Amino acid sequence: MNHILVANKVSKRYGDHTALQNVSIEIPKNSIYGLLGPNGAGKTTLIRIINQITYPDQGAVFFEGEPLKSEHIAQIGYLPEERGLYKSMKVGEQALYLAQLKGLSKNDAKQRLKYWFDRLDIGDWWNKKIQELSKGMAQKIQFIVTVLHEPKLLIFDEPFSGFDPINAGIIKDEILKLSQNGTSIIFSTHRMESVEELCEYIALIHRSEKILDGKLYDIKQAFKKNIFKVGIDTSAPLVLLEQLEGSFTILDSDITKNQLDFSVQLPNGRSNELLHFLGTQGTIKNFTETIPSANEIFIRTVEKQGIVHE
Amino acid sequence: MSKLSLIIKREYLAKVRNKSFVIMTFLSPFLMVGMIILIAYLTKLNDNEKRIIAVLNESDFFDNEFITSESTSFVKFRDISLEQAKDSAMSMGYYGLVYLPNESNLEKVSQRSFFYSKDAPSTNTLERLERIFKERLKQERLREFGISASEYAEMDSEYELNISTFDGEHNLKGINEIKAIIGGGFGYLIMMFIIIYGGFVMRSVIEEKTSRIIEVIISSVKPFQLMLGKIIGTSLAGITQFGIWILSGGILLVVSMAIFDMDPADLSRGSAGPAMGGAPNPIMASSDSDMLLYAQEIMDIPWVLLVFFFLVYFILGYLIYSSIYAAIGAAVDNETDTQQFIFPIILPLMLAIYVGFFSVFSNPHGPIAVGFSLFPLTSPIVMMMRLPGGIGEGGVPLWQLATSILILIFTFIAIVWLAAKIYRVGILMYGKKPSYKELLKWLKY
Repeated sequence: MNHILVANKVSKRYGDHTALQNVSIEIPKNSIYGLLGPNGAGKTTLIRIINQITYPDQGAVFFEGEPLKSEHIAQIGYLPEERGLYKSMKVGEQALYLAQLKGLSKNDAKQRLKYWFDRLDIGDWWNKKIQELSKGMAQKIQFIVTVLHEPKLLIFDEPFSGFDPINAGIIKDEILKLSQNGTSIIFSTHRMESVEELCEYIALIHRSEKILDGKLYDIKQAFKKNIFKVGIDTSAPLVLLEQLEGSFTILDSDITKNQLDFSVQLPNGRSNELLHFLGTQGTIKNFTETIPSANEIFIRTVEKQGIVHE
Repeated sequence: MSKLSLIIKREYLAKVRNKSFVIMTFLSPFLMVGMIILIAYLTKLNDNEKRIIAVLNESDFFDNEFITSESTSFVKFRDISLEQAKDSAMSMGYYGLVYLPNESNLEKVSQRSFFYSKDAPSTNTLERLERIFKERLKQERLREFGISASEYAEMDSEYELNISTFDGEHNLKGINEIKAIIGGGFGYLIMMFIIIYGGFVMRSVIEEKTSRIIEVIISSVKPFQLMLGKIIGTSLAGITQFGIWILSGGILLVVSMAIFDMDPADLSRGSAGPAMGGAPNPIMASSDSDMLLYAQEIMDIPWVLLVFFFLVYFILGYLIYSSIYAAIGAAVDNETDTQQFIFPIILPLMLAIYVGFFSVFSNPHGPIAVGFSLFPLTSPIVMMMRLPGGIGEGGVPLWQLATSILILIFTFIAIVWLAAKIYRVGILMYGKKPSYKELLKWLKY
């Protein structure tokens, strides 16, 4: 059993509005899985189905191979995008309450809370009320409450919104640590840049449909167009450019004094040939393959499907 | 601990620790008792005020009729003019001046007599004075007709029709009203509880929505569990509050009675007086033996049954209404949007109370009373007003009670089911101002 969670052709409608249409995803164990897509694409609906907050009209969800049932709630931790805490309740009491709702005993919850409070350096907040804390501080509590019951699957919906860069960094490290310790993580966001550094797998959801999924590395390899960015120092850049244009597809170029920068699309396996030739022409400053960003991949996929009407 | 009991515990603690709740709980008995004491005290003060009225009698009649009593004393002026009498009555600070001119006969004297006072006189005083004149006129006429006072007294006989049920049980006038008032008390309690604590449930749901904690919680528990826990927790807090009120109110009342040296009987007289407004009070008018019968009747009210059905109607009625309140709380984003939904809830409650007071009191088993005690949104209150008459013969027919409870149970299940649906969708809905149409759509989700 290699998947922590499998959704099989899940559909969900709200009245006339289709929130999810035949969405299937497979989330490998111990991975960080990015659920990507613009606002309103259906990510939150899918997450709510996984959390059993709503139920699919069609299709089924399996947790570790079993059909999803209410006992699995204790195995899942969820940090929703719309999140908050009881304002007039004390931090410690509130964290205990939420932990107990997830099935922890009071003593267990207390011990683990102490550990996390020390770890995130917030030990003296126990008797404070949420309304006395800043937004970032409250977010830390929220994070602790989400991970406290050590679930097998953690779901973060836009986890970094509301954090300053320093605390966002702390939380990111914690997420990575959790992943290293064997927790599977679903990471939902519409900000593609945060995906690149965290996610191993991704699924793109657009207009209620999954339009792409797989290993981020594989997807990028599949989407790359063998474009190389090259910079070279040469005595006669203009002449070199003309020579290159004779035998390669040059996409764009820029000459600054003796420096020639250009992008080139190469047929498979001809990079060495080019490199070899350039070595004889001057000093190579850089020679890198352009890997498309998640954002580019997303836009291209959407365009390819012809479902962008704007 | 199960999740439901965790939620109940949290809701209960959140409520009873709330500062305004604590203040209300402990201040209200003082306010209430203070109010009662104040009213009783003022009534006593009012009664104790002694009015002095001057009498200027220029006629040959009315010599000894103006008799000083506990609350009014009369001072006789002699051999001064009307103007002088007015001046002195005013300067002495008397309440007023009765002037009887010198006329040839009693009729004319009475007709031309005047009462002068600084302000418009109180009706009590006027009635008292008028009674003196009436009595004097009556005696004069009796004398003219040649009837002695004792003969007249025999002539004027009191009469009351004896009433009884068909099977010979002695009936008492006004007992229906007394019973309905007792039942009405229970019904009123149900209404107050629903309005106060239903509102608490609603605000608590809105708070969870605005603080955005709702999604965190319902990823751990079912929305229905949360709703139920909230309703139960809040009502437990309400029962605690009511308990404290009744207990401390009772103690305070007794203590302050002792301090202010007031007789509880005084109090009931003081408060019953204005409410009854001069209409003959059935209890007061009755003889002592009837008093005993009334006491007997009140003792005979099936209290155990009454309390039992009070609990049944209270719990079902409260659950129905508070789940509607919870659904409203879930449907809106803030309290100001609740108005359009609150009104239709309050309406049946008010209707029940008014129908109860106007129709059920006079005829507890008439068609209107029966109808409203079957209709589920009014039955908890209206049936409570009918029940003190007992069940079965002479009281609420058994089939009506059974039907009423059955309808209530079905309504309870249906309403809770609908409310839970609205609640489930509503709590995750932000920034939408819901209409009834929108709510209908949610039911299909």
